[in-house]
Amino acid sequence: MATVSPTPLLKDELDIVIPTIRNLDFLEMWRPFFQPYHLIIVQDGDPSKVIKVPEGFDYELYNRNDINRILGPKASCISFKDSACRCFGYMVSKKKYIYTIDDDCFVAKDPSGKDINALEQHIKNLLCPSTPFFFNTLYDPYRDGADFVRGYPFSLREGVPTAVSHGLWLNIPDYDAPTQLVKPLERNTRYVDAIMSIPKGTLFPMCGMNLAFNRELIGPAMYFGLMGDGQPIGRYDDMWAGWCTKVICDHLGLGVKTGLPYIWHSKASNPFVNLKKEYKGIYWQEELIPFFQSVTLPKDCTTVQKCYIEISKQVKAKLSKVDDYFNKLADAMVTWIEAWDELNPSVAKSAELPNGAAK
Amino acid sequence: MSIPVKDDEIDIVIGALHADLTSFMNAWRPIFTRFHLIIVKDPDLKEELRIPEGFNLDVYKKPDIDHVVGTSTSIIFSGYSCRYFGYLVSRKKYIVSVDDDCLPAKDNKGFLVDAVAQHITNLTTPATPFFFNTLYDPFTEGADFVRGYPFSLRSGVTCALSCGLWHNLADYDAPTQALKPEERNSRYVDAVLTVPAKTLMPISGINIAFNRDAVGPALLPCLRLAGEGKFRWETMEDIWSGMCVKVICDHLGLGVKTGLPYVWRNDRGDAIASLRKEWEGVKMMEEVVPFFQLVRLPQEATTAEDCVVEVANAVKEKLGPKDPMFARTAKAMLDWVKLWKSVGVSSYSPGA
Repeated sequence: MATVSPTPLLKDELDIVIPTIRNLDFLEMWRPFFQPYHLIIVQDGDPSKVIKVPEGFDYELYNRNDINRILGPKASCISFKDSACRCFGYMVSKKKYIYTIDDDCFVAKDPSGKDINALEQHIKNLLCPSTPFFFNTLYDPYRDGADFVRGYPFSLREGVPTAVSHGLWLNIPDYDAPTQLVKPLERNTRYVDAIMSIPKGTLFPMCGMNLAFNRELIGPAMYFGLMGDGQPIGRYDDMWAGWCTKVICDHLGLGVKTGLPYIWHSKASNPFVNLKKEYKGIYWQEELIPFFQSVTLPKDCTTVQKCYIEISKQVKAKLSKVDDYFNKLADAMVTWIEAWDELNPSVAKSAELPNGAAK
Repeated sequence: MSIPVKDDEIDIVIGALHADLTSFMNAWRPIFTRFHLIIVKDPDLKEELRIPEGFNLDVYKKPDIDHVVGTSTSIIFSGYSCRYFGYLVSRKKYIVSVDDDCLPAKDNKGFLVDAVAQHITNLTTPATPFFFNTLYDPFTEGADFVRGYPFSLRSGVTCALSCGLWHNLADYDAPTQALKPEERNSRYVDAVLTVPAKTLMPISGINIAFNRDAVGPALLPCLRLAGEGKFRWETMEDIWSGMCVKVICDHLGLGVKTGLPYVWRNDRGDAIASLRKEWEGVKMMEEVVPFFQLVRLPQEATTAEDCVVEVANAVKEKLGPKDPMFARTAKAMLDWVKLWKSVGVSSYSPGA
């Protein structure tokens, strides 16, 4: 049932992770909402460049030199010259929740003209259960003014813990390059006033522009892959993380929500540049989707890390024939988990879910 | 992208549980007037129907129903189930059906929603059940498939069923409405989305539309609660029918959409009074949902009729032993298929 109490700030339990190569001017607009929180800035690209952080924010900043220093040889799993490097921020965070946002995303307005506090909505989404086992036609049943509809089994009404909150974007939609080329002027102006659980067994394209998750529940699955410099592919970092995350959430009985909040996405990246980055991904995904749709995880995979390692084995076994890139990616997935566990020793134990939770 | 549809390919089927349809029909007049209507009178309703002039319609009453199906039948077309008779005798490709206590709703700009047009748009644009699009319906104006959506899945599949929503009185069960007697649904969610394959949901009969050619026989009046009454929260017939349709659509590779259009549902009835009747339905779902999650149809079932038979047999085998109601339901489903094959496809016109 919806509660009347205000959403907790969680300012000591949530880190905001921002990848950037430019500057962080966009934070000025977010100041009223972000200032209470600690920021983790992951600087991509040339480490000798100095990134100016607006005054008054509490932050830590990591550039490539820091990543190399902290991870040593394991730094090879963190992408270079791609916003995929943001997942380093997830790894070094010590907080329970992460919110990640791109530096070209601004505060949007709801239909009444009010500024949307995206972070507050994400926190609401994460603190409130998901319902992946049966679809509720009135969407989020725990929201004010809504509930479970007739026919929704009572035994499923408690829901499951929410691991991921996937927000959306007004203005520049998150289209792939071919779609951008065909519809360069299309803008997303539709405000869909809903949050919903993505059903168990259903995959989705997870966009990293406006994303929050419970790091304790699912953190190790949020590896954004090998992208950018020296890699044959780009703009599939969040997709890869999303498919792995959803498969693991389904296996462990965790929820993934999508919908509100909206942010305002201001910058359309160059579609020709995007096409070059994505083009391998566009035809690889025809193999990747059936792969993820058929992944099964054994019962003894009861932690996120175990699930993730198992997926990496299956990636190596089944996808290396698509391209040798997947061999490297599978190895990087293992490296990532090793690095994660090294940097998060106490969390590694507590990530084990109570028996019976794995399907 | 959408298939062009002529008005004469559509039937609007209304189950009349109230005798006086004047205000209902007049409210829907701007939207309904172009179409042929089938009005089926609840056989339990004693009073004469009052229907305003100016519509192209056929009315079916108890004698018509008896004539077509015979007086002894396991299928009882009473209460909300009367509308299935309309589905049976229609010869149109698309059917739109709303409860007779629903009126046109307003959208978020204050304009009256043409529920028929929206349902037809839903049915004539592809559904995308194999991968979730985060911008919802990719075929709607101003939207598209997002980055990461596989290209091979972008042509979608035929949408066989369109499930609309309700403003004011939402379709809650009696316990929920009783706990929140003042709650009314005023949120306008401006989206249509495809319900993913293998995902089940409660399909409400209050505001639906379907492709009769593709799935007609899969909408079926076969489950009657012992205490079934004349309020939606005293029935489960549509929920049962909806589970069958979804499983069948998933098997046949057809899509089911949910979301727009909204209708405005009048306040009616007392949830607390209905509570004692509704417990049966609420309990029943606990058995029914796991059954439908596990049921698998054989590859040889390639038509909706075949699929209904397979589901019926599975119901008899797996649920029948748990409650005689399910055994009756299974039999009713088999009888329904027989009826559909004899009446649903041949030519028929209503009695005088």
